[in-house]
Amino acid sequence: MPYLMMQDITKHYPGVAANTDVNFAVEKGEIHALVGENGAGKSTLMKILYGLEQPDSGRIMLDGKPVIIPNTYSAIRMGIGMVHQHFQLIPSLTVGENIALGYESRKGIFVDRTGIATRVRALSEQYGLQVDPNQRVAELSVGIRQRVEILKMLYRNAKLLILDEPSAVLTPQEVDKLFEVIRNLVHQGRTAIFITHKLHEVMAICQRATVLRRGKVMGTLEVVSTNPVEIARMMVGADIDTVQLTTTSRPGIRQLHLEQLVAEDDRGLKVLRNIELSVHSGEIVGLAGVEGNGQHELLEVLVGLRRPKSGQIYICDTLATNLNGRQRREDGLALIPEDRNQEGLSNDLSIWENLAITRYYTAPQSRGNVLRIGHLQQKARELMQRFDVRANSHNTRVGTLSGGNAQKVVIARELAETPRILIAAQPTRGLDIGAARFVHEQLVNLRDQGVGIFLISADLDELLAVCDRLIVLFEGRIAGRLTAAEATRETLGLLMAGRSTENEVTTS
Amino acid sequence: MDILDVAVNVSASTLRLATPLLLVAMAGLLSYQVGLVNIALEGLMLIGAFTAVVMGVEAGSVWLGVILACLVCAIGGAFFALFVTDLRADLIVTGLAMNFLALGGTAYLLQILFGVQGSYTPANFESLPVLNIPGLSDLPILGKVLFRHSPLVYVSWIAIPVTAVFLYHTIPGIHIRAVGENPEAARTVGISVRKMQYLALILAGLLCGLAGAHLAVGDLALFRENMTDGRGFIGLAAVYFAAGRPRMAALACLLFGFFEALQFRMQTTSNIPTQFFQMLPYLMVVVMLVAISVRKEWKKG
Repeated sequence: MPYLMMQDITKHYPGVAANTDVNFAVEKGEIHALVGENGAGKSTLMKILYGLEQPDSGRIMLDGKPVIIPNTYSAIRMGIGMVHQHFQLIPSLTVGENIALGYESRKGIFVDRTGIATRVRALSEQYGLQVDPNQRVAELSVGIRQRVEILKMLYRNAKLLILDEPSAVLTPQEVDKLFEVIRNLVHQGRTAIFITHKLHEVMAICQRATVLRRGKVMGTLEVVSTNPVEIARMMVGADIDTVQLTTTSRPGIRQLHLEQLVAEDDRGLKVLRNIELSVHSGEIVGLAGVEGNGQHELLEVLVGLRRPKSGQIYICDTLATNLNGRQRREDGLALIPEDRNQEGLSNDLSIWENLAITRYYTAPQSRGNVLRIGHLQQKARELMQRFDVRANSHNTRVGTLSGGNAQKVVIARELAETPRILIAAQPTRGLDIGAARFVHEQLVNLRDQGVGIFLISADLDELLAVCDRLIVLFEGRIAGRLTAAEATRETLGLLMAGRSTENEVTTS
Repeated sequence: MDILDVAVNVSASTLRLATPLLLVAMAGLLSYQVGLVNIALEGLMLIGAFTAVVMGVEAGSVWLGVILACLVCAIGGAFFALFVTDLRADLIVTGLAMNFLALGGTAYLLQILFGVQGSYTPANFESLPVLNIPGLSDLPILGKVLFRHSPLVYVSWIAIPVTAVFLYHTIPGIHIRAVGENPEAARTVGISVRKMQYLALILAGLLCGLAGAHLAVGDLALFRENMTDGRGFIGLAAVYFAAGRPRMAALACLLFGFFEALQFRMQTTSNIPTQFFQMLPYLMVVVMLVAISVRKEWKKG
């Protein structure tokens, strides 16, 4: 009898079949991967297990007994713990207060701070998770925050650990450390469910993997007798070939050039230090780095949302440092922003309005101050066809589109008139493999047409697949520059963790 | 009159005038920390003032009036919680509604019950007796400034550390702060967001009851229409000025109390129009709030 059995779980939201007859079994003492693309139903299944959602039908057996999990409180009492992808911590409370939150021991009417601290220290020693119980969580790095989350589960004596994409925010070295911790936990008699869509992680740490696709279980595999290609095939339901460069790049003239760029973040801390880089026409230059090392600010500086402290930006040989966003676009810049819902699209507007929004003010899109709506809608229909945007009509509200289709609207707008330089930030985030492949093909096509592309991405596979050159950012400095041939997961990982190969600032 | 006398008088009345502000600011602090903008403080306080007088007369004991004021306002706080948590009403609209209900309701009841308009001064009804702290009240200067006050003045001093200790050192307090800062996270560890919101708003109501009671029966023994006169909002402004820190909020209330005391003093001793001095405390609130946001921006650079 497996330790955990979820039988025939069905959960439907209006218009979405999140889980349909899902059967999922985990043996005691294993690390079981739950894999699937975004939207495959992994999160819903785990929310049901953790008492955050109730299934429409189906039952759960834990340790041989049928259980009902009406809320998180009872899930925790049954020994189920979860580390959420977005950490569930209270920044202004201390590490100890966060770990004990909801399970504080008391001394009279007060919280027993010393008792909690002692227990936290004991746990952190036992599992090699160093933390200071009296430090405030607001002061901690992402990696340490994750430790706090894991300790939080252990403090509640969780026996079944759910880890929701725990490696997403870590450097490769931190991931290794995390894996060590998870192995150690399982070794001491606990069981782990590991949610991920990184297949090499499944191979590295899990014994079995259950694959979900569109809310259904595609199968459960023994990791020793499978390979990433098989898992990936189950995830997408078709053979995938990672997009690889079909032609070699032929870099031409310089399209984007940054000179001694220095910038500060909102708190006034220096986040970009003497950045020097160029992107030429006909090449894809990738910017790698763990999130929070200056990529976001660099993007803002590039598009004119943040004023650099010093240094210059050239777009197609025009000095653009003091130009605004519209002027930069007129010089040939296009942008696929990080967060398409916040920065790329207006969710309340229709597709045609979103497509028109960068150029509506010039002829032939408008005459005088009046929009030529017929012309704009006609243009929108053409673009929707050309970029395969699937929607009922050009009047469809963008907010109702799936992530992949919404991203296609952004791409259609940005590539409607071939730019000279395209800045693409996390262009496949949240997209399924099919939609991601479409984006990658567009990028490579565009490069072959002679556009310069600057790709900012947190996804190493994406960078390795499409880039001609790679630049690694660490703590606001360029930690290294690699050609596609030199770049591997390992070399990039080392640079992302701060092992610089650049002794002095060099120009490329 | 020498300058020392003036200083002593102004200091003592600063403390007296700051009392309802301190109490209502602590109520605002609890609401702030649980993540709710509680503009109903003003109305609850008015209900507290009304209850303290009416029930005090009815029950024949001013102390019973105070206790019932707390109780009624705690129930009022629970109602507010019911609307904003279970019934998902808009926080601001509900708060406004409660304020208007309190304003109109107390005036209406005044008319119905006692047939008076504007102000109700019951006969044979005395305010809370001044409590001279034995020994300390005889100290020179300090005795007069600090230790010869109406009992609720001392209560307001105790309310500050008690609220602070409650929020930072007890389990329900920490849970209230957790809910206010990240409700989702609190939920995932099994804390009921709803329960904490109820708890904070009920305690806030209770403090509003005390604040209102002090206005009505602390030094006087009467109820006047709209006698809170925006003090609930001043208390709330103090909380935001202090960014939720109890000691800073208390300091802001004292500062406001000081300007109010000053304006009373100036009205009688100078020939500048009294309206100018009446404006002064409120002007100071605006200046203070602007000052902190300017400082914030300045820090940001």
